[in-house]
Amino acid sequence: MRAYGFYLLKRLMQFALVVFIGINVAYVITHATPIDPVEQTISAATAFGNTSPEAIDMMRSSLQDLYGTGGSALDQWLAFWGRILVGDFGPSLSAFPTPVATLISRALPWTAGLMLVSTLLAWGLGNLLGGLAGYYRRNRLLKFAGIIAMGIHPVPYYIVAFVLLILFGYVWPILPITGAYAQGLRPGFNLEFIGSVIRHSLLPALSLVLVGIGGWFMGMRSLVPTIMAEDYTVYAELGGVRKRRILGSYVMRNALAPQVTGLAMTLGAIFNGAIITEQVFGYPGLGSLLISAVHAGDYSLVIGVTTISIIAVSFAVLLVDLLYPLLDPRVQAR
Amino acid sequence: MWNILRDLLRYNWEFAAGAILLGAVIIVAALSFISPYPPLDVYVAPPDMPPSSEHWLGTNSRGQDVFWQLTVAVRNTLLFGVVVAVISRLISLAVGLFAGYMGGSVDRMLMSVNDTFIVLPIFPILVLFYFVMRDQMSWALLALVAACLGWSYDARLIRSVALSLKTREFTTQSAFCGMNAAEIVTREHLPYVMPIVFTTTMNNMNWSIGLEVTLSVLGFTDVNTPTIGGMIYWANQHAALVSGIWWWIAAPVALVIVVFVSLFLLSLSMNEYIDPRSRLARMGSG
Repeated sequence: MRAYGFYLLKRLMQFALVVFIGINVAYVITHATPIDPVEQTISAATAFGNTSPEAIDMMRSSLQDLYGTGGSALDQWLAFWGRILVGDFGPSLSAFPTPVATLISRALPWTAGLMLVSTLLAWGLGNLLGGLAGYYRRNRLLKFAGIIAMGIHPVPYYIVAFVLLILFGYVWPILPITGAYAQGLRPGFNLEFIGSVIRHSLLPALSLVLVGIGGWFMGMRSLVPTIMAEDYTVYAELGGVRKRRILGSYVMRNALAPQVTGLAMTLGAIFNGAIITEQVFGYPGLGSLLISAVHAGDYSLVIGVTTISIIAVSFAVLLVDLLYPLLDPRVQAR
Repeated sequence: MWNILRDLLRYNWEFAAGAILLGAVIIVAALSFISPYPPLDVYVAPPDMPPSSEHWLGTNSRGQDVFWQLTVAVRNTLLFGVVVAVISRLISLAVGLFAGYMGGSVDRMLMSVNDTFIVLPIFPILVLFYFVMRDQMSWALLALVAACLGWSYDARLIRSVALSLKTREFTTQSAFCGMNAAEIVTREHLPYVMPIVFTTTMNNMNWSIGLEVTLSVLGFTDVNTPTIGGMIYWANQHAALVSGIWWWIAAPVALVIVVFVSLFLLSLSMNEYIDPRSRLARMGSG
């Protein structure tokens, strides 16, 4: 149990470090670049019509307050962190006066749900097929599935989502290609609404699963032969243990541990893919929110979505890490 | 060197296919130097012409020849991948080799930072960067930032090799001969990790080109520099699919998929080449 406590502590420290470094990167990007967001906003706002100098001065001081660009570098840094620690990102400029935090908490469940379902599907299917393909090397069907999965794997999320959009939007229009549920439907816990949500999430989830499956497939397929050569597997085979049991409990069970570590390491990339896919299919999650915020020039919303993304992804990584000891008892024993 | 290439071409269909596809893409990119049209000029050809013998891939709504536009775009996109790969290789080599050789607390510290960069969601950070830079956003700047964010995974891989190299006798001997850490790492260990550097270069180019295409398609880069993503961006801006000018979108999408698949096949074959067991199995079964 003490070993588990030590493991837990190490993971928590890593979580804190990721959040610390990630948010500092966001700070450096917004504050160390030669462009002053305050002057930029002012020049954009005063480009049309006449604005009195007093009004510009007032605008400048309130913008400086909002962007946190007044005072010394240390003051700015402390103010930046202070606001993030209390979760105050100020009001959104494009959806004034709705607080940024409200907009994000509305979008976050859609992204989290989409990612959870598609990641579980891609990871589960990829590992299962990869394990089978590594065990039954001569199976034609599995080889074919492998070629398809590996062919799609290197293509970026955007392109795959775009091709799916064209296929199911123009060529063979059977699935809804935009939104999270049918328009005019009241959100509620009933069959019609849930069905609509599932139908609308099919294409975004499919594009995430299609891209994701290849990596797990390849990883599992290359892990299986090394475990099949281990003494305990050979012993089990000689002892007449059934093939299915060898594959399930001896081979794949042991190969899962590195795959879980791999999952924790790729969550950031999967998140990148999810928010791009959302943009393609007009899914109302963090990705759509971020991109519309950029187009609307909404500084506080962009900062808010970026920092929440960093925190959310590192929290998800922490969760996966905490599940790891369930699969690999050696962590607790040590 | 040539023997290795010959063997790879003969026994490894992934390498052969990847090399041929990438070679074709490079030829297309090289054709940009003899392009009859300046890449940035618009209305140099009749707009919206379908593919014909005069305009092989048709022309777009901005009056540009899609084929010649594509040659410049793919050249810029490939160059972007190479620049990001070179810069991020330097960072990952420095971090990976030193962390592996020094070990102890230096290793632990470097790897904590490294793991942080692995899990960070890079896309929102780059969008934030574009948001701040706006019109000052340039191709070179994006390459630099992408390189600074994209070295971590490979640094971990290089470190794992450096860890095992450290226990080899020649490392101890070099240390006894009075070489310092920097000398040992660059003169003794570097040659051993070069094969990994080559495979990770392919993967990294895939990653950075994907990033560039995605950001450009959304309009979050300097869209006036012709790139593959920039072409798709302008096609989307002109609603090319709705007005039926499909060749404007299909051409860059198809070409970029060829780039991705060829780089991926190359990295896959190199990976297998590095592992002597799978190489022997392949040559044996022929």
